[in-house]
Amino acid sequence: MATQHSRSAARLMIAPAVTLLLGWMLIPLSMTLFFSFKKYLPMRGDSLENGLDWVGFENYARFVTSSSFWPAVQATLIIVGGVLVVTVILGVILALLLDQEMWGQGIVRILVIAPFFVMPTVSALLWKNMFMDPINGFFAHILKAVGLQPIAFLSQHSLGALVTIVSWQWLPFATLILLTATQSLDREQLEAAEMDGARWQSRFIYIMLPHLARAITVVILIQTIFLLGIFAEILVTTQGSFGTKTLTYLIFQRVLESQNVGLGSAGGVYAIILANIVAIFLMRIVGKNLDA
Amino acid sequence: MARAVTPRRKALNTVVAWVIGLIIFFPIMWIFILSFKTEGSAILPPLDVLRSSWTFENYGVVQDRSDYFKYFGNSVVLAFGSTLLGLIIAVPAAWAMAFVPSRRTKDILMWMLSTKMLPAVGVLYPIYLLFIKLGILDSRIGLTIVLMLINLPIIIWMLYTYFREIPGEILEAARMDGANLREEVLYVLTPMAIPGIASTVLLNVILAWNEAFWTLNLTAANAAPLTAFIASYSSPEGLFYAKLSAASVMAIAPILIMGWFSQKQLVRGLTFGAVK
Amino acid sequence: MGQIELKQVSKSFGNVEVIPPLDLIIEDGEFVVFVGPSGCGKSTLLRLIAGLEDVTGGHVLIDGKEATLTVPAKRGLAMVFQSYALYPHMSVRKNIAFPLRMAGLDKADQNERVTQAAEVLNLTDYLDRKPGQLSGGQRQRVAIGRAIVREPAAFLFDEPLSNLDAALRVGMRLEISELHKRLKTTMVYVTHDQVEAMTMADKIVVLQAGVIEQVGSPLELYQRPRNTFVAGFIGSPQMNLIDGPEAEKLGAHTIGIRPEHLEISQTEGAWKGKVGVSEHLGSDTFFHVQSSASPEPITVRATGERAFHYGAEVWLSPRPEHLHRFDSKGLRIE
Repeated sequence: MATQHSRSAARLMIAPAVTLLLGWMLIPLSMTLFFSFKKYLPMRGDSLENGLDWVGFENYARFVTSSSFWPAVQATLIIVGGVLVVTVILGVILALLLDQEMWGQGIVRILVIAPFFVMPTVSALLWKNMFMDPINGFFAHILKAVGLQPIAFLSQHSLGALVTIVSWQWLPFATLILLTATQSLDREQLEAAEMDGARWQSRFIYIMLPHLARAITVVILIQTIFLLGIFAEILVTTQGSFGTKTLTYLIFQRVLESQNVGLGSAGGVYAIILANIVAIFLMRIVGKNLDA
Repeated sequence: MARAVTPRRKALNTVVAWVIGLIIFFPIMWIFILSFKTEGSAILPPLDVLRSSWTFENYGVVQDRSDYFKYFGNSVVLAFGSTLLGLIIAVPAAWAMAFVPSRRTKDILMWMLSTKMLPAVGVLYPIYLLFIKLGILDSRIGLTIVLMLINLPIIIWMLYTYFREIPGEILEAARMDGANLREEVLYVLTPMAIPGIASTVLLNVILAWNEAFWTLNLTAANAAPLTAFIASYSSPEGLFYAKLSAASVMAIAPILIMGWFSQKQLVRGLTFGAVK
Repeated sequence: MGQIELKQVSKSFGNVEVIPPLDLIIEDGEFVVFVGPSGCGKSTLLRLIAGLEDVTGGHVLIDGKEATLTVPAKRGLAMVFQSYALYPHMSVRKNIAFPLRMAGLDKADQNERVTQAAEVLNLTDYLDRKPGQLSGGQRQRVAIGRAIVREPAAFLFDEPLSNLDAALRVGMRLEISELHKRLKTTMVYVTHDQVEAMTMADKIVVLQAGVIEQVGSPLELYQRPRNTFVAGFIGSPQMNLIDGPEAEKLGAHTIGIRPEHLEISQTEGAWKGKVGVSEHLGSDTFFHVQSSASPEPITVRATGERAFHYGAEVWLSPRPEHLHRFDSKGLRIE
């Protein structure tokens, strides 16, 4: 509780942050919305100064009916879904493992979380060249050594390869959060379950998993928001070829490569709506925690 | 843990965990090794790579050929600049929300978070256009502002959670003890808040350093940081593994070290307090 | 000097009025305790005096001077907080010296006063430690030290003992009383524990829902509670309050009788009953007796080691001179 004086001071202190974020949100958002209803091809002489033609919902219709749309949806779902499955399952296993007593726990932790701090362009390039290259890559050498044919991962199994790269980047995040949640579990609960005769499988299913459920949800929601926006990994590996064009990449191509701003903006509005649906669930969890 | 684990169990845990840890870390270790090899030996089968001779020349070549330090400098300016700028705006806001909460505080915080979830690609063209109109495309100042804005919600959120852990009674005690607002902030609040502020800086420098959507799309020659520098290796000529490795090691080493110090803050900062 | 006067002081948070307009005078040198159940507004009242909250209406006068709009630091009051609110990054010495440093005293004076306070509070050996390295009782003493070096017009204590364990609490209670006797400075003390109120206060202010139920010395409150709320709140174990026919016989809606004012006998008395649980404290024994007088069990206090087995039939008789009578509004009938 506070006095009147400190209240007005507080308002003044919050104002700059609110104003900036409001501008950062509203200005580009309204521009995107505006462009999405216009024919806007800067390469063909359209410009804001000369006025843009109103085309109604044509861009929205064209974006979803174009031949690249459904493959992009599919690629997005496979990458996001694949990475989520891999990181959550491995993350739970790693979290439980790292929670055990061992020698050098701190160092193992450091090794496990390291990939998160590698910038996306570096991790994409190191996997693309040093590991997945069909001639000189690490995997190619190994396959040859055991008498198998090298595989061109990024063209033959492009989505699988991308899921691997991105999972490697995000596994540390999932592990770290799940580990934090694991450590907050009341040990007495586990001991009580043991006294009640629960074997470790039952303890895992009935005690650990329910305890981790919230953390898993948070991991899924936050990763989904970041994974929907994956960009650099695709740009430096396949540039959207071999079926790896996600929605984000498709919009990027429409806007900056083919400079069809109206169409790209309509795609952008779809992306914003999609992200908001995920965000609502995440916010609900965060909000609940804020009250507690 | 309340109970001692048998030595055999502990040994087993140790072996399994170390093997998995080393597998996950292996790609990073491998480029570290390759960066000290010649281009010719860097493409050999793994065992031959290890047996080949060591060299430091790649690091020199990377600097000579592509002016590594210019990109490094840009990364430093962008990462620290955007974080410091963010702090200047976030510290007062977080302070006010933590110590003078009102009924709307929670809504404001949630709204701020929601701006973080706006997909970048959805506003790519407007930002691109605004940057051209303002003449700040490919400029450090433009990118610093964008990076500051995308991380501002996280900075405010983290500071808010740290500040909220400082008991309000302490500030009231300072007020009763005769401290004015300046003295209260200087002698009581700041010393207590410094660990939290340091963690916030650490995590946000890391996030800004690794940001690879806006840095790739809004820069060309002048303001490009290390993310863009590395991306230029995606379609190289000739043998380049050793040089790419050296360049990568230089790009990730500083942040990897900072990252190891910020494990705890990572959880707090990236889950917005939803996991404790 | 340290006389504090509240004139028609009220406080609302938004639309919720937590303290309706209230008058109170705290005389110089008095030890005044605000007591009441949690949420009764006692801490808010203290914070209004401190200036940590703005009053919604009315005036706060300190030594007869208008202080309603004075900032906390300029009121000449010192406060000891429930959580002690020690500065964790400063040593004990720096914690105690902080108010002096803020007042701009020179180093030598600061040192002298800190040394003096440390001696009084037995903290001399701990001056260079950080609060984190101290026990609860020591932290409490540092908080008090920080308050006394300022030589304030009055001390404000906000439930200072509630974070200590039972044994320490009794010790600190004595220390604070001792301090008051020696300094003779006004003290305003907030607690929800009526034992603290009874043992320490010169004057007790009983609050409920922001309203002062009664002001008086501990004995006045014990002997002549103004209403059923004060009757039930002051005294341990609680006064037995009995409604119904037994009360009507005495021309009241409710009668009250303290456990120590009941006679218990195996042969004769006013109310017949059965002994339930007995609590033996050594010096005293409490019997919970189910009787014809009321549906609730009646608590009886007997000295020494008297024993009745569970279910024993007994007779209870109130001592008439100690019977309290209350009307249907709960107010005392003289």
